[in-house]
Amino acid sequence: MYRKDGEDYFIVDAHIALWDARPENQRNVHGKQFIDCFYDYHRNLSPETEQWGYEEYLYQGGERLMRDVFVDGIVDHAIFQPARLAEFYHRGFGQTEEAFALARAHSDKLTYNHYWDPRDGENGLTALREAAERMRLKGVKLYTADWHGESRGWKLTDPMAYRYLELSQELGIRNIHIHKGPTIRPLDRDAFDVADVDHAATDFPDLTFVVEHCGLPRLEDFCWIATQEPNVHAGLAVAMPFIHTRPRYFAQIIGELTYWLGEDRILFSSDYALWTPKWLVEKFVDFQIPEDMSPEYAPLTTELKKKVLGLNAAKLYDLPVPPELRLPDADETATGPRQPGAADLAGAGAR
Amino acid sequence: MTAVLPDLAAGIRAALGAVVDPELDEPITDLGFVRSVAVDHSADPPTAEVHLRLPTSFCAPNFAWLMASDARDAVAAVPGVGAVVVELDDHHDSDLINRGLAAGLGYRGTFGHEAEESLDELRATFARKAHTAAMERAVTALLRTDPGADVAALVLGDLPAGERATEALLHRRAALGLPVDDGAPVLVDADGTRPTPEAAALFLRRARSVRISIDGNAHFCRGLLTTRYPGSEADQAPRPEDRPLLPLTVSKGSRP
Repeated sequence: MYRKDGEDYFIVDAHIALWDARPENQRNVHGKQFIDCFYDYHRNLSPETEQWGYEEYLYQGGERLMRDVFVDGIVDHAIFQPARLAEFYHRGFGQTEEAFALARAHSDKLTYNHYWDPRDGENGLTALREAAERMRLKGVKLYTADWHGESRGWKLTDPMAYRYLELSQELGIRNIHIHKGPTIRPLDRDAFDVADVDHAATDFPDLTFVVEHCGLPRLEDFCWIATQEPNVHAGLAVAMPFIHTRPRYFAQIIGELTYWLGEDRILFSSDYALWTPKWLVEKFVDFQIPEDMSPEYAPLTTELKKKVLGLNAAKLYDLPVPPELRLPDADETATGPRQPGAADLAGAGAR
Repeated sequence: MTAVLPDLAAGIRAALGAVVDPELDEPITDLGFVRSVAVDHSADPPTAEVHLRLPTSFCAPNFAWLMASDARDAVAAVPGVGAVVVELDDHHDSDLINRGLAAGLGYRGTFGHEAEESLDELRATFARKAHTAAMERAVTALLRTDPGADVAALVLGDLPAGERATEALLHRRAALGLPVDDGAPVLVDADGTRPTPEAAALFLRRARSVRISIDGNAHFCRGLLTTRYPGSEADQAPRPEDRPLLPLTVSKGSRP
């Protein structure tokens, strides 16, 4: 829990990882390129005091993860969202057994989400059944840009993906986190397009689709889909650290999300170990829309911050929140811009 | 014999200035994506070798291909240049793309089963987004000076002539074949369709999210490039004033 200015915040970090990108685990040059890309993100968007050396960035291990994520008791709960990347790393990028064991040892603090990939076919469906039972899965992380043999991407609308979504629903895996990536077949069209989420969300109304990094770099396509589909939520992984280097851009992202999605469907994430949660929580609680942007975006309320930082994710994962910290859902419409007054267009909105 | 050699390298750089990153709607020369231009004058005619670089190894390969193949076409068209080599450095598909460019395989020949038809639709999508963003910038600039403006009724003649935001919008309208006369409505889709007056505000709100997305990506890509290639900031030109990375400052009390 985080306390500031007499307010208490229940904190859920909805996207963390326990990865291993050390050279001995790199299968090929892409393994190095991938972690180097992450490291550039880390260096580019972190405050100087929070920057790590390259060696320590490659692998953290469970003990260090517990220290980094739960330092000062700020974060109440964190959720693993692993990426497999089996074509880049011998033992995969996300360390399944290590993370699962850690989550079992600290079940009050950690939830382990697993992954599936429709290109694993029938065998993958069987494996998902077993994993769901053994790991008591409430969610999965899907990475549509993962490579798999000759294939370098898939869509949620692929027929086999629907089989996996059906099975997820049957097994009670309600939370489908999706990371849209840059490589997908065919290359003819925009690979970051989130249109497949639209179809899946319509066809599986009982599942919740959390689009990670709120669709960036296609924020606009994501917002348009999420405003129409009540079961599409925004994960703030990667978007959060803009709060430090590019606060005015962050203000516009959070302003757009509030306008289109409302305050009940945005989830805080550090994307650990890309970044660490402590400084992000502290900055977000202190954050406000810059005054000269106030004609365009309404100030962020304390209620919105409490919901984004933890209450929204706690609801999706049935995490126990102390009664005095809970908040009711906002009185927002089911579809369409949820907070039209929060992002007026000078005089245009009134016409 | 003394002859003034045309400065081929400068000509090549100028030609590369016409190659645009479709996602960011900016020339690759302004973004710092041109790593080096080398001309070998010992060959006759002189040969050129150009290296490109991108903010990450995992930038989308279709956009990487578009920029690299456009760069190759642009350099090959410079008068006086003989053989041209364009290479994309440090990308996960560098080998594939560079081989395809060298052999003139084209998009489908390079990407094989991953390509279906062409990248025309991808280009068209981003030409539409570039127009949408330019439209929002022009209208938002106007609303800041005249918050009571009737957005749905705006025509091009209502926009301040000669302002960068106006000129940028006209430029992108022309690229799409949209009318650019003073009486033409400002708020239009890429195919010229106008929103109904009731839908105008939401239409502009959507356009704003497009503009924010493009501006934000531009900011992020520029920053990542300088992290990945220290010193590359010297090769970046500031983003044009018609599309600031941050919104223009609004003085307090400008609204009714």
